[in-house]
Amino acid sequence: MDPNFPVLTALVLVPVAGALAVLAVPRSRPELLRSVAVLFSGAAAALTVWVLAAFDRHDAGFQFVVNRSWVSDFGISWHVGVDGISLFLVVLTGLLFPIAMLGSTPHHDAKPYYAWLLLLEAGCLGVFISLDLFLFFVMFEIVLVPMYFLIGGWGYANRVYAALKFFIFTMFGSALMLVGVVALAYLHRNATEDANRAEATQLVVEANGNPSQAEAAHIAELRKGVPLSFDLVDIAEKHQVVDDSKSANPLDWSAARWIFLALIVAFAIKVPLFPVHTWLPDAHTEAPTAGSVILAGVLLKLGTYGMLRFGLYLLPDAAVFFAPVLVTLGVIGIIYGAIVATMQKDLKRLVAYSSVAHLGFIVLGTFAITTQGMQGGLLQAVNHGVSTGALFLLVGMIAERRGTREISLLKGLQKPAPLFAAVFTLVMMSSIGLPGLNGFVGEFLIMVGSFLTRRWWTVVAAAGVILAALYLLWAYQRVFHGEPDEDNRHFPEINWREGLVIAPLVAAIVFLGVFPKPVLDRMGPSVDKLIDHVEQNSDFVSPKVKHPAPVKPAEEAQQEAGE
Amino acid sequence: MIAVLGSLGQPLPVDPTPISTPDVDWVAVAPLLVLVAGALVLLLVSSFVQRKATAPYTAVTCLAAAGAIAAVVPLWRRVQDNGRGPFSTMAGAVGVDGFSLFLIVVIAVAVIMAALLADGYLRREGLEGVEPYALLLLSASGGVVMAQANDLIVLFLGLEILSLAVYVLAAMHRRRLTSQEAGMKYFVLGAFSSAFLLYGIALIYGGTGTTNMVKIVQFFGGAALEKDGLILAGLALMLVGLGFKVAAVPFHFWTPDVYQGSPSPMVAWMASGVKVAGFAGLIRVFVVAFGAYRVDWQPLVYGVAVLTLVVGAVLAVVQTDVKRMMAYSSINHAGFVLVGVEAATRQGVQAALFYLATYTFLIAGTFGVITLVGRKGDGHHRLDDYRGLSRSRPAVAFALTVFLLAQAGVPFTSGFFAKFYVINAAVDAGSVWLAVIAMVSTVISAFIYLRITVSLYMSEPEDAEAGAAAGRRAGPRVPVPAAAGVVLAVCLIVTIVVGVWPGSVAEVARDAVPVLAAPR
Repeated sequence: MDPNFPVLTALVLVPVAGALAVLAVPRSRPELLRSVAVLFSGAAAALTVWVLAAFDRHDAGFQFVVNRSWVSDFGISWHVGVDGISLFLVVLTGLLFPIAMLGSTPHHDAKPYYAWLLLLEAGCLGVFISLDLFLFFVMFEIVLVPMYFLIGGWGYANRVYAALKFFIFTMFGSALMLVGVVALAYLHRNATEDANRAEATQLVVEANGNPSQAEAAHIAELRKGVPLSFDLVDIAEKHQVVDDSKSANPLDWSAARWIFLALIVAFAIKVPLFPVHTWLPDAHTEAPTAGSVILAGVLLKLGTYGMLRFGLYLLPDAAVFFAPVLVTLGVIGIIYGAIVATMQKDLKRLVAYSSVAHLGFIVLGTFAITTQGMQGGLLQAVNHGVSTGALFLLVGMIAERRGTREISLLKGLQKPAPLFAAVFTLVMMSSIGLPGLNGFVGEFLIMVGSFLTRRWWTVVAAAGVILAALYLLWAYQRVFHGEPDEDNRHFPEINWREGLVIAPLVAAIVFLGVFPKPVLDRMGPSVDKLIDHVEQNSDFVSPKVKHPAPVKPAEEAQQEAGE
Repeated sequence: MIAVLGSLGQPLPVDPTPISTPDVDWVAVAPLLVLVAGALVLLLVSSFVQRKATAPYTAVTCLAAAGAIAAVVPLWRRVQDNGRGPFSTMAGAVGVDGFSLFLIVVIAVAVIMAALLADGYLRREGLEGVEPYALLLLSASGGVVMAQANDLIVLFLGLEILSLAVYVLAAMHRRRLTSQEAGMKYFVLGAFSSAFLLYGIALIYGGTGTTNMVKIVQFFGGAALEKDGLILAGLALMLVGLGFKVAAVPFHFWTPDVYQGSPSPMVAWMASGVKVAGFAGLIRVFVVAFGAYRVDWQPLVYGVAVLTLVVGAVLAVVQTDVKRMMAYSSINHAGFVLVGVEAATRQGVQAALFYLATYTFLIAGTFGVITLVGRKGDGHHRLDDYRGLSRSRPAVAFALTVFLLAQAGVPFTSGFFAKFYVINAAVDAGSVWLAVIAMVSTVISAFIYLRITVSLYMSEPEDAEAGAAAGRRAGPRVPVPAAAGVVLAVCLIVTIVVGVWPGSVAEVARDAVPVLAAPR
């Protein structure tokens, strides 16, 4: 493929085209709907895999960048790119959507169902590749609409309540975020103008009042106003909106902290962090299976990704300031999610609460601000997408077969369906964090990383790992063990189609558990760069544990030796 | 006494100098003349066509409005031309600047939308006649006068022309008692608020010695006033009068009742055209003429904006009647425009103009659907009446969903950029907390928009079983007349296209600068 091909733009446009194609399928050919939808999301998945293959793992910066003006008056541009931080979330999104589409079928109105799913995919991919604050906001917000209609239209009994709650909660966060983003853009512009003027004055002084022609032109250029810009890289790298963290009064907050707060509330709701998590169990439980898979697998990651990119990268100083609060909330989420999950009677709700706990780990790792913690957080975001996605698919299959998700009504399923039980065990073990499976690698890295900076938080979080084993194993025991009663005796075994759908997820679980190095290698440079950025722009010093340099391919090393 | 009687016998002394009549630039008032002429033509046509017709009236009304837009084009070129620029005529009483021309176009578009919606509505309700159309054009001409007013008295004249016609339009549905009630309520309260405005103008005249806004600006350009009590009181009273027209809280009490009772197409006009005219006056008087007093009036408008945003959003949530919901939501939207006004910057005016322009399409589309779903008798406005519309009329349901999401400020709709520009203006002007309140109020009001979509998509139609038994698609059976269909299609396209490429509209709004040009 042509290296200048705007692959990321295509990544967003392909699902949109797919949605239109689905709508164009004639009413008389309903059987085509799923094929068309899977075809387009499969094409998007192929593009993400291509991005993964073409990604240069030594480059810490943004790759495949496209930057085009969109609303020129306000400095808004279609600025997209991926780096090691977003790469795997993009791939995860690309792969999870076709799986979710194949993994379950809607009971009615297939056409809008697939159209909404494809639009959702476009929005999610858009979030992960945006390098413009405005573009990011737009994508972050547009994701709500398809998900709202998916939950409300194809969900279970209490779907309308869950859909409304989901929309209103998340929109509240976005509302604050919009103000934060706009305020940041203006402050950045004003600060840049001030800096330019100061520089101009300095130049005039240095030239003793009679600058040369070139200097005069430069001074005039500096004195001119600066256009508004929403560009993430521009705002983050210039770092004009500074924090007064060294101020004597800790409550004397500068704008940067308020802006960070406005952004982080939006992300915290999306993640969801402890006190604002209440939309999640409802939304996850009431959503149709594909909706739950995407909600858990992709949508929650919008929050953790936002924390990294638009929290730590954009406002490092304020992020360091608020890190203790966020880490604490994350740890509360770990313990609280686990305890509440233990109490659940509904299998799907149990998995939903386990998400609260897992996402708590990710936040802990992220705001530990160490290489290991952050890498672990990112890896765990992918892991959680894979394993919880698979869990929701399996729970969906149980609900489909039995018409209920009540744990007390299920019993002894491993007798009639041993293979199904085996797959469930594997996925569950990954979720618990059994060594050799992907969950372990992520949680271990998070623990190592956060132990360096947040020792006691990590100690408490470690208890969460044990609790995870408790609630999942107990649920497994109740559902799969024992002698099946009359209702459960004829539980059908996993069939070929279901097996094929779940196979890639199982493969990913094992692969990431045994050999996570290719993933970590690609994340590494970007994560290190981000931590350097935080250190440069705040008084935070990340504890240095020597990170092994990525092994260079043999010929490259030879080349260097030759030089 | 005798001397006076004696003088009666004498011939009156003839003043040799003729009364100097002001210059009239006919081209400058062409949009106004086209609208008034359209109303007269309508009345003339009505004596030739048979009583029961609506199509010729609709056609003439739309032509007149389109003519007004056409008349704006050369004026816009002239105003935007660097050599010539904005100007005023009729002794400085009527101004022609980008601002007024922009609003004239918005008003004309609102007229076209309302006329097209009214076409099917009047036939359905058996109310065919020329009167609604003539009144619509006359009230639009009042709006145009307000948009062009460079003199407070002219502003008042425009307001009265506009309002009197709208009072009658509100009471137009002869067989619905609520319509009569709405007209009566609107009239009494409207007259009351006009009195406030007039009293405010009188106080301003007392304080400055003139009602001409150009001279008012010149007056403030001189020395600072030591005692400006009269002016402050005048401003406050004018805020009441104009706030009533745009339905700002706490002058909003008429809105829900009037919106609920009035014929639905006319509500579309009230929520778009009338509001636009009200904001034209508000911006011209406060931002432009009394810009020097912004430190004094900004806190006032700030407070009104906060109340308008919050009350509009919160009270909308507890309604069960869709028209009342939209009435309160329109109050919330007025709050957004007020946020732009409060900024009192060029950017704020641009944001307000963009908001008004895009909102006109949104509200025309929304009330278009409400008109259709109201069905014969204009009485089906409960939330339950929308249940299952997505099954019987998927296209109409989709259009309404887009309009509602746009009003909630969802990206890729015009409503999102409207809110974005307002927030930009507010943040740039330093009113960050006002921006926060505005956005939070959007979230609250989003709840009602979502509730309507729940009825559309996620509820079983009331006649689901009966429909299944009869072998037809369930859901309300809503006939869609061609004219209304056109309105919905146009509004839908504009909402989405502007939502993706806002640039052109935003640039025109940016160029629509309000200027008070002195007469030559």
